[in-house]
Amino acid sequence: MGDALLEVQDLVVEYAGAGRPVVAVDRVSLSLRRGEFLGLVGESGCGKSTLCFAVAQLLLPPARVASGRVLFKGRDLAQIGERELRHVRWREFSVVMQSAMNALNPVMTIGAQLRDAIAAHERVAGRDANARAAEVLRLVGIDALHLRSYPHQLSGGMRQRAMIAMALVFTPDLIVMDEPTSALDVVGQRALMAQIKGLQRRFGFAVLFVTHDMSLVGRYSDRLAIMYAGQIVELGATEAIFAQPRHPYSQGLLMAFPSISGPRQHLQGIPGQPPDLREPPAGCRFHPRCPRVLERCRTQAPPPCAPRGDDLVLCHLYTPKEAERGRLSTAP
Amino acid sequence: MDRSTAVDGPTGHVRGGAVRLSPLGRVGAAVLANRKAAAGALLLALFTAVALLAPLIAPYDPEASDFLPTAPPSAAHWLGTTSLGQDVLSQVIWGARPSLVIGLIAGIVATVISILVGVTAAYRGGLPDLLLSLATDVFLVLPALPLMIVIAAYLKGSGTWVLIAVIVVTGWAFGARQLRAQALSLRGREFLEAARVRGERGSYVIVCEMLPTMTSLIAANVLGAALYAVLAAAGLQFLGLGDINAISWGSMLYWAQNNEALQTGAPLWAIVPGLCIALLGAALALLNYAFDELSNPALRAARRARGRRAP
Amino acid sequence: MDGSAPLLEARGLTKHFRLGGPFSRRLLHAVDDVDLAIGRREIVAVVGESGSGKSTVARLLALVYRPTRGEIRYRGEPVAGLRSRSQMLAYRGHVQMVFQDPYSALNPVYPAAHGLLRALRLHRGESGRHGREEAAARLLASVGLTPPGEFLRKYPFELSGGQRQRIGFAQALACGPELILADEPVSMLDVSIRLGILNLMAELRDRDGVSFLYITHDIASARYVADRIAVMYAGHLVESGPAEAVLAHPRHPYTRLLLAAVPDPRAPAGAEPSDEVAEPPRVVDPGQGCRFRPRCPYAVAECARLTPRPRPVGAGHLAACHVAEADE
Repeated sequence: MGDALLEVQDLVVEYAGAGRPVVAVDRVSLSLRRGEFLGLVGESGCGKSTLCFAVAQLLLPPARVASGRVLFKGRDLAQIGERELRHVRWREFSVVMQSAMNALNPVMTIGAQLRDAIAAHERVAGRDANARAAEVLRLVGIDALHLRSYPHQLSGGMRQRAMIAMALVFTPDLIVMDEPTSALDVVGQRALMAQIKGLQRRFGFAVLFVTHDMSLVGRYSDRLAIMYAGQIVELGATEAIFAQPRHPYSQGLLMAFPSISGPRQHLQGIPGQPPDLREPPAGCRFHPRCPRVLERCRTQAPPPCAPRGDDLVLCHLYTPKEAERGRLSTAP
Repeated sequence: MDRSTAVDGPTGHVRGGAVRLSPLGRVGAAVLANRKAAAGALLLALFTAVALLAPLIAPYDPEASDFLPTAPPSAAHWLGTTSLGQDVLSQVIWGARPSLVIGLIAGIVATVISILVGVTAAYRGGLPDLLLSLATDVFLVLPALPLMIVIAAYLKGSGTWVLIAVIVVTGWAFGARQLRAQALSLRGREFLEAARVRGERGSYVIVCEMLPTMTSLIAANVLGAALYAVLAAAGLQFLGLGDINAISWGSMLYWAQNNEALQTGAPLWAIVPGLCIALLGAALALLNYAFDELSNPALRAARRARGRRAP
Repeated sequence: MDGSAPLLEARGLTKHFRLGGPFSRRLLHAVDDVDLAIGRREIVAVVGESGSGKSTVARLLALVYRPTRGEIRYRGEPVAGLRSRSQMLAYRGHVQMVFQDPYSALNPVYPAAHGLLRALRLHRGESGRHGREEAAARLLASVGLTPPGEFLRKYPFELSGGQRQRIGFAQALACGPELILADEPVSMLDVSIRLGILNLMAELRDRDGVSFLYITHDIASARYVADRIAVMYAGHLVESGPAEAVLAHPRHPYTRLLLAAVPDPRAPAGAEPSDEVAEPPRVVDPGQGCRFRPRCPYAVAECARLTPRPRPVGAGHLAACHVAEADE
């Protein structure tokens, strides 16, 4: 993939523990082109936040990258030195973390924090820094007079947007967002997502958006990656996945949303719960909860399949052999 | 997995590794895991053993004054004798008791008062909180040492209990502040609300729901108060307050000072009790490290990380 | 709802909080003038954003807060007069609560079933530990936690969010209530676990006849499980009625906004909704007038002068809006 902005290759992230290390991210590969909006969806404990931290080079012990690479604009981020990394950080890619509204320093004004962020990466005159801070606040829909406000004087939604403003201050090429809307309610979430999408269209940055709520990201993302128990189980164009989810877990997730329109029907959700990553199930990790489980799913790990070209499904049902069998059985 | 039961299955999320320890077990594990705390525990155990076994291990009666005065260390008297002809080692051994007793009792009583004042203030809020916090602040601001000296001098000669009382009165306020702060941070926790909503009494909620979650801070408070008590008691006894005729490390320092032990060739008479006081204080302070980690798991992770960065 | 008298009824329910110390004059109007009724064997959903007052309503009905004004009646009897401990305990045996955060609703120091056993002791007078444990095991099974014996011994840290929330339900059920106030019971759970809890609520209503007041900010889940829906905004009740009626014919502009904001993955991709970034108001010392007016596309002069009261716009369907049209 020649023009990929971000490329994750076979990444494995482990947490060192008392006994064997726990593998939180298990051979994950994905790529992101310029201006692309990729949604990374999964429930708590699936490893999506760990993946996010690994990409942003923010892992702290006991977590560490055991193997694999993260390439940003062709450069391996783990190999370049700390100084180079600082240079790349925030100017070329920035991060908005979960409950970012608690990441703001409560004793500094918003304006001071924005100026701090600017000064940390560029030698800019005070007045210019101020102007840039005001401009970036306006971009996210916050009045510039709030430069002098303290975080507690803003509502939750506004603080979240202030964090996004901070991430935009150098108009980076990539913004990694880890559940930035989880603390807001439905209307606030929707408003924030629309805002982010608008900014993305305007400035053309790529977004890696991590969330547990598929419906939230479905309207705005170009592509979706669905994670389960440390692995990516399905990856592809958002519309395609919503129209025809392949992996049984994706199917289950999509069915877990009660709808507003249409007939009122009884929904089941997905029985059971995500596995303990210290002792993942043998074979396919989803097999204990899968409604379409095959015998071999219990013992053999499923191979990555590509039923539609460049996307990915990690499931025995989509190997060429199974697909053939399926075609034969449904043939008239 | 039986799919006919609930949507989330029956097995717990954590398998294998998690060993469930009783609260005491957890404390023990935390102490052992932390080297500093383990050292402190060992030292404290040593002093406790000495205090308990004093009748058995002290070579002589500590008050018997029929030995050669101001004698240097010898086989018969490992630490020499005092200017009154008493065996220093026996006095040191017997002197452990008052220090430990005062430390323990004053530490516990002061903490109990801290809990009563601090947690009640946080739980009740409003006017009771205002009044209790005011009282706490007043006691915090009182200069402890001068006050102790004045009170103890006024009640001179009344012995150990007065000493304990004086130490408790000047020492409870600090802990009350801390405990109030922690209790306040618990106010938002829904399990407290859940207890109220199922109909529990206020006193039950405080004692059985709130306090058990504050045990590491309470234990740390006991240790801190005990440390303060040991040092304060030694200081007051050194100044001649408290019962100077009872054998304690502090009173040994008093007599050693009065008889110019350092100049007259019985330096161990002054040095050894002082060292013991310092070591007991150190033991309590070291033990406190374990409780810091119990209540703040982030410190635990930082310690492991430091260990891991070794080449 | 089965036509008989309501189980719990609130009229003119109001709660103001004093801001900034005991001598301040500023009042936060958390809940203003709310009329609400919950019948037997029904689930009433209260839908609103954060700051709408919906959680405060639950706490008022649970008697955690005392109302500033207004009346609460349980089975026709006013609740304000309850003072003695035994009276309060009796009320709590009828009306219970489930909380939002499964990670904070269980005391981490005790086994997860501790609250459950305490509730049994306080309300069912089960003699002896054995009797209580048996009753607890039955309750755990009734909320889908099997084998119950295993769950009696587990600590909260060993359970998942969904399991903890089920324990919360079991704890509430242990008091033998007719009504459970569920304050956003699924908001902090993973999406695929939520349905299990919602299905549990429906099952408890159908099988055991327990009514629920389901507080949520997600109108889609309200539709899934509720018989009636009430919508709150800035402390006021702006619309209420049978679930299908409110969803099919929303009369209040705020209800329409809420419905438009719901992302439905299975719905066809519609037009891009407007870029609204307005915030729900913090209502401090408001005057007269509709509180939704600043965001309302249909506001008229009347809306600034007079606070709209709920008026009928259909069968059992009320809306507090000057310009809402009634059904033909």
